Amino acid sequence: MAYLELDRVAKQFGVQTVVDDFSLSVGKGEFISFLGPSGCGKTTTLQIIAGFLDPTRGAIRLEDKNLAAIHPAKRGLGIVFQSYALFPHMTAAENVAFGLEMRNVPRGERAERVRAALAMVGLAGYEDRHPRRMSGGQQQRVALARALVIKPSVLLLDEPLSNLDAKLREEMQIELRQIQRTIGTTTILVTHDQNEAMSLSDRIVVMSQGKIEQIGTPQETYERPASAFVSQFLGKTNDFAGTIDRTVVPTQLVVGSWRAPAPAGLSGPVTVSVRPERIGFGDAGLSAKIMTRIFQGNHWLFQCDSECGPAIVIRQNDGQAQPAEGDAVRLTWRPEDMSVRARAGA
Amino acid sequence: MSTAADERNARAPWALTAPALMLFVGVLLIPLAMTVMLSFHDWGQYKGIEPVFILKNWHEIVTDPYYAEMFWRTFRIAILTTLLTALLGAPEAYILNRMDGRWKSIFLLVILGPLLISVVARTLGWALLFGGNNGLVNKLLMSAGVISSPIPFMFTETGMVVALAHVMMPFMVLSVWAALQRLDPQIENAAMSLGAGPLTIIRRIIMPQIMPGVLSGAIIVFSLSASAFATPAIIGGRRLKVAATLAYDEFLNTLNWPLGAAVATLLLAALVLIVVGSNALIERRYAEVFR
Ligand SMILES: Nc1ncnc2c1ncn2[C@@H]1O[C@H](COP(=O)(O)OP(=O)(O)O)[C@@H](O)[C@H]1O
Ligand SMILES: [Mg+2]
Repeated sequence: MAYLELDRVAKQFGVQTVVDDFSLSVGKGEFISFLGPSGCGKTTTLQIIAGFLDPTRGAIRLEDKNLAAIHPAKRGLGIVFQSYALFPHMTAAENVAFGLEMRNVPRGERAERVRAALAMVGLAGYEDRHPRRMSGGQQQRVALARALVIKPSVLLLDEPLSNLDAKLREEMQIELRQIQRTIGTTTILVTHDQNEAMSLSDRIVVMSQGKIEQIGTPQETYERPASAFVSQFLGKTNDFAGTIDRTVVPTQLVVGSWRAPAPAGLSGPVTVSVRPERIGFGDAGLSAKIMTRIFQGNHWLFQCDSECGPAIVIRQNDGQAQPAEGDAVRLTWRPEDMSVRARAGA
Repeated sequence: MSTAADERNARAPWALTAPALMLFVGVLLIPLAMTVMLSFHDWGQYKGIEPVFILKNWHEIVTDPYYAEMFWRTFRIAILTTLLTALLGAPEAYILNRMDGRWKSIFLLVILGPLLISVVARTLGWALLFGGNNGLVNKLLMSAGVISSPIPFMFTETGMVVALAHVMMPFMVLSVWAALQRLDPQIENAAMSLGAGPLTIIRRIIMPQIMPGVLSGAIIVFSLSASAFATPAIIGGRRLKVAATLAYDEFLNTLNWPLGAAVATLLLAALVLIVVGSNALIERRYAEVFR
């Protein structure tokens, strides 16, 4: 049963539709990411759930209660803002205690819960620091503790790690995942970083221009992208123009000189997407010439000029001999490693 | 080891600031020093100013209760004006800040526009509205039978405070406005998501953060009000004197320059002490917010 449910939610600012037809059901304890480029409506959607914005259309339900009828202050959601929005005139402990104070939690219990929350995010001993005297990472942890201490029904995170440097971001990702696993809070993370979405979430909602492109597990969205946008956005990919030939038996999918039995349900011009790491060099297949070869430590990156346009190939550095620049090669991949979509306009 | 280039670098700041420094010394420090010196000179109805060093003027100011009362009035008016601008200006800036883009700019213009109009014109406006039997408002209210005699406004401290507060309001609004711009745009949402109602948000989250702005606005308004001349001159005239109008009178009517200089010096010294003192207090108290 769905814990949090968004039902055809839409938001318009004037004539601009920023979020459109957004339907999603989130299970209890699930970690969901909204992934999409900047300006695609992720923050807007999150703010609608939080109640800071009213949806133009659609309904939101939390445990089958209509969330839109509940004032934002009464929704009991924990929110970490991109800017953290800590209260600069309060110490870390006072920041964390604020939500408990608003809930009239008795002083003794409050102090104990604040201490535990700060300890959980690794900030024991920082109780009396003011936010402006803390590093970005520490402020981020205070914001997380402040959101979690009220035991929120849903935790909403708006690009919480985007202000941190790469190394700290990676550390915080691991920590965030661990904390979420431990306390089991249903979490929605907004991010434009595909690696972050993939390494943290149970399911990813890929968004583009206010619309959902695909909802799926990280593996599904990466390996079975539902649209060209998804395959482009989630890592590097090769898109080849191909055709499905139904005049021969058995029907064939043809991409240049590469051939495979055609998948069911499609015919005519198609686009075939293959991840660079799923392409190998073989005896038969797409003929190509290696233009550049770049060594990157644990792998080789080849930029090729194939009969179907430019192609990128990534090979593990497993000690085997690799083709050199200028070599003529055949590119090949297993049919289950590609995704095939109808190609419009051909 | 110091090279010629180093020396040139060390001299450069002095050379660059010299013109401004000379202007500062020439038009501010020298006249100021002369005013202080003047306050120790002697003066007589027939002999005029005598360049001697005596404490006569200072003795008169300290012993004659007239001056104590006048200074007390000056600061009372300045304090009340400051309070009034803070009570009206801070909410005004907050409401302004929450308005939508276009309305915000229109109302900001309405609030700041008066800065472009002379203080004299603005104060005369009050006189036209409330000045005795001929004041527009007084006339209307009296003919409507709401009041039987004019509202006491001219030559009263209340009138002076109201007119000064009107003149000083933009400084307070601007100062609070600047503090509001430093607020995280999501700070109210953050407090709300934690369960705070609108009043709690204002009291616990907004107020403490804009307090430095209110206080620095208060310092500006206080010092400008305590040394204001045009508004007290028009509203208070020669019946209700404050330090600035008294000094002016001593200089230009009585021609007792040394006494006027002593009043001006005392006003300046008191203001400097108050402003520097309260500034230090504020900075210490709000170190975390200012950082
Ligand atoms: N208050 C607003 N008024 C008008 N347009 C807005 C407002 N807030 C956001 N937008 C527009 O909505 C779009 C989506 O914004 P947002 O949800 O912040 O994107 P994201 O978080 O994915 O980067 C943007 O084009 C933005 O300009
Ligand atoms: Mg955003």
